[in-house]
Amino acid sequence: MTLELFSQYIFAGITYGIIYAIVAIGFNIIYNTTGIINFAQGEFVMLGGMTAISFNHYLPLPLAIICAVLVTMLIGALIEIAFIRWLESPSVLRMIIITIGLSIIIREMALHVWGDSVRALPYFSGNVVSSITIMGASISPQVLWVLAVCSLMVILLSLFFKFTSLGKEMQACAANRLAATLCGINAKNMVTFSFMLSAALGAVAGCVVSPITSSQYDMGTGLAIKGFTVAVLGGLGNSMAAVAAGLLLGIIEAFSIAVGFPLAFQDAIAISLLLLILFVRPHGLFGNKEAARLKEF
Amino acid sequence: MLKIRNLESGYGKLRVLKKISMHVDAGEIVTLIGANGAGKTTLLSTIAGLSRASGGDIVLFDQNLKSSAPQEIVKAGCSLVPEGRQVFATMRVEDNLILGGYVQYQRSKGYCQSAELAAIYDIFPVLKERRDQLAGTLSGGEQQMLAMGRALMAGPKLIMMDEPSTGLAPLIVRDIFQIILHLREAGNTVLLVEQNAKSALAIADRGYVLETGKIILQGPAADLLGNTDVQRAYLGRDVDAATATCDI
Repeated sequence: MTLELFSQYIFAGITYGIIYAIVAIGFNIIYNTTGIINFAQGEFVMLGGMTAISFNHYLPLPLAIICAVLVTMLIGALIEIAFIRWLESPSVLRMIIITIGLSIIIREMALHVWGDSVRALPYFSGNVVSSITIMGASISPQVLWVLAVCSLMVILLSLFFKFTSLGKEMQACAANRLAATLCGINAKNMVTFSFMLSAALGAVAGCVVSPITSSQYDMGTGLAIKGFTVAVLGGLGNSMAAVAAGLLLGIIEAFSIAVGFPLAFQDAIAISLLLLILFVRPHGLFGNKEAARLKEF
Repeated sequence: MLKIRNLESGYGKLRVLKKISMHVDAGEIVTLIGANGAGKTTLLSTIAGLSRASGGDIVLFDQNLKSSAPQEIVKAGCSLVPEGRQVFATMRVEDNLILGGYVQYQRSKGYCQSAELAAIYDIFPVLKERRDQLAGTLSGGEQQMLAMGRALMAGPKLIMMDEPSTGLAPLIVRDIFQIILHLREAGNTVLLVEQNAKSALAIADRGYVLETGKIILQGPAADLLGNTDVQRAYLGRDVDAATATCDI
């Protein structure tokens, strides 16, 4: 394989990988504050992309994206307030089933609102054919947008959890909900906030990939499966590990095509990897075995 | 300061507390002793709002806290140091303390975090040494001190402690009880729940004895220490032998 081809595959892998990582971080944020897997996470990505496309008919692109992110955050908050908040000490399984139901409802509603046509946001800069050559690989400028925006989100998120008091309060809820309550922190509001944050992350990811992958009402399911695989691969709840695991999955997928693996089976890679990791290393590649055992799920 | 009247509470159909009445005055150490399952922890978590009371009143100053949410109760000035410490294990010691001050910095912009932290580090010098360590890496006694420091950061008028001596070496237990005495001297009010009845009564002003959800005895701590029923049931002393030989 030539160097040009190699770096071409690497870039393709990183692009998809970082999107998977963002979806996985969305899973992790909600998992950390509630202990549940929000299977509607992929739908946040879809909603972000689709609403941005709709807003873009009336507003300039940057404004349309901001509005789409805000709308998705609002939907995330409403979901939590309407379906999760009022449950009195619900079981983890019950909440997970609620999120699966929600993902189906959101998908069907999106089908009614937008139909089943495939849409896309315009390229942020340049167009479909413009490309930049880096290390011999021809890269669409949108790929650089994806990398820049997603990396920025990861950095901002880690700064948010490290240095802001709201971030620390959310972390406290994740570390020990009872103790956080006894410090006077309203744990329920923190859960609402974690849904808003995950929704915003998903929406931003949905907007930046839309020009490359296009958006459709059912794009969320596939992304949710990939994101979940990545979250488990890295170790549930560990966002930095999710970035590494996401890049790993993206690059594996890219090179599977290089070695002649049929494109149609590409999704099977993620699922096989998920099964494999659940069989042999359920706490994830970077997860802590003892900590994983303590978790109820 | 804290008045509890005919408090009833439980889990589902199980009634754990049966019409409990008690009070804590400002500047006191009041201890609540009793065997496993007597309802000590349930009483504290009902006061803290973690369990819902099904009847009766909890009044702190003139504010009825019976149906308040836990965070409202912390804001009202009543902090609980929970059983088993419950520190934020994955966070730094100092962050644990800062989070303890949450209600204070929510309350006023003029809140001086560094001064509050310094005051806590004065009481618990070991926490200052370990402030950048993760709380989960502390020893049991240090975690207990951290849990107490975190509760104090909220600036409580009443601090409730659930079994602070559990699982600690006797020397550390003595330190913890010394600190509780020191807190009282500094003007704090403490409601202390303990299985270690002897140590608890030794530092307390008054005590209540809880048995199967009812208060069966109350009075000055010294009287309870001398009470033969208490001695037999909670202090592990063979009263008949003790009176025969007049020692111990």
